[in-house]
Amino acid sequence: MSIWIAVAVTAVGCYAVKLAGLLVPAGALERPLVRRLAALLPVALLAALTAQQTFADGHALVVDARAAGLAAAAVALLLRAPFLVVVGTAVVVTAGVRALTG
Amino acid sequence: MTSAGSGLTVLQTCVLSLLVFTGASQFALVGALAAGGNPFTAAAGAFFLGVRNAFYGLRLSQLLALPRAVRPLAAQWVIDETTAVTLAQPTRRAARIGFTVTGLTLYTLWNLTTLLGALGAEALGDTRAWGLDAAGPAVFLALLAPMLKTATERAVAALAVLLGLGLLPVLPAGVPVLAAGLAAPAVLYLKGRRGDGARDDVREGDR
Repeated sequence: MSIWIAVAVTAVGCYAVKLAGLLVPAGALERPLVRRLAALLPVALLAALTAQQTFADGHALVVDARAAGLAAAAVALLLRAPFLVVVGTAVVVTAGVRALTG
Repeated sequence: MTSAGSGLTVLQTCVLSLLVFTGASQFALVGALAAGGNPFTAAAGAFFLGVRNAFYGLRLSQLLALPRAVRPLAAQWVIDETTAVTLAQPTRRAARIGFTVTGLTLYTLWNLTTLLGALGAEALGDTRAWGLDAAGPAVFLALLAPMLKTATERAVAALAVLLGLGLLPVLPAGVPVLAAGLAAPAVLYLKGRRGDGARDDVREGDR
């Protein structure tokens, strides 16, 4: 039963925050500063998330095969490679480094 | 999902994916329950991981300009991936298509894989051996890179990365990413003090 409670509370909470962002009236977002802030916030959140998915192992920071894969993806981006090539490069290099280093 | 073996039934696991649909929150909840946490503590941790979706919604409502009636439906798809794809689109039409296609695709795949995973299928084996754990951040990197056009955006991203990584060891899961969001007001504030708000946006190539 307690698992159902946890599932229900999480579902309601997570849905509520998703909806809250969408329901903020457009008028409240019209001020230039608020507009700029709303535009920059996802950039900040996604940048931090990308870094964490690359370097985090639980609560520890590590530099492992993923870092090599993302570095290779960054190079591919600089070379203006297509999207799928960028992602493929990251996957292949990560798998390769992991296979080589055990 | 790795819910199987942590005390959740197949039904509970699938309901979680259908109703919560925020990967990080789901893993956190399952992990906390498996570790014997009480349901409210476990839900609070999962909630923290979902809070950033509210900030995505702020931006998405500007970009998508959805009719009020559609918003409660669209809300369930407001997640990292749909936001990254929508932000990368040049026009409102493309943004709406990007949001809908990404949302529908991920919602379908996520719930299918949850069901298969809960039923015990482990067809992929260890996804880490295939390097697939690098695919997520690589997708975000590829979508984010074109958005970093001005010095302001680059400064926000750089500061956010520092905050997100620096706070990771010391704050509970989900909170470091939220704290990294402070990079946006911080950079805007510093820019305002320097008094070059407008010029900065057109200045290119000073990386």
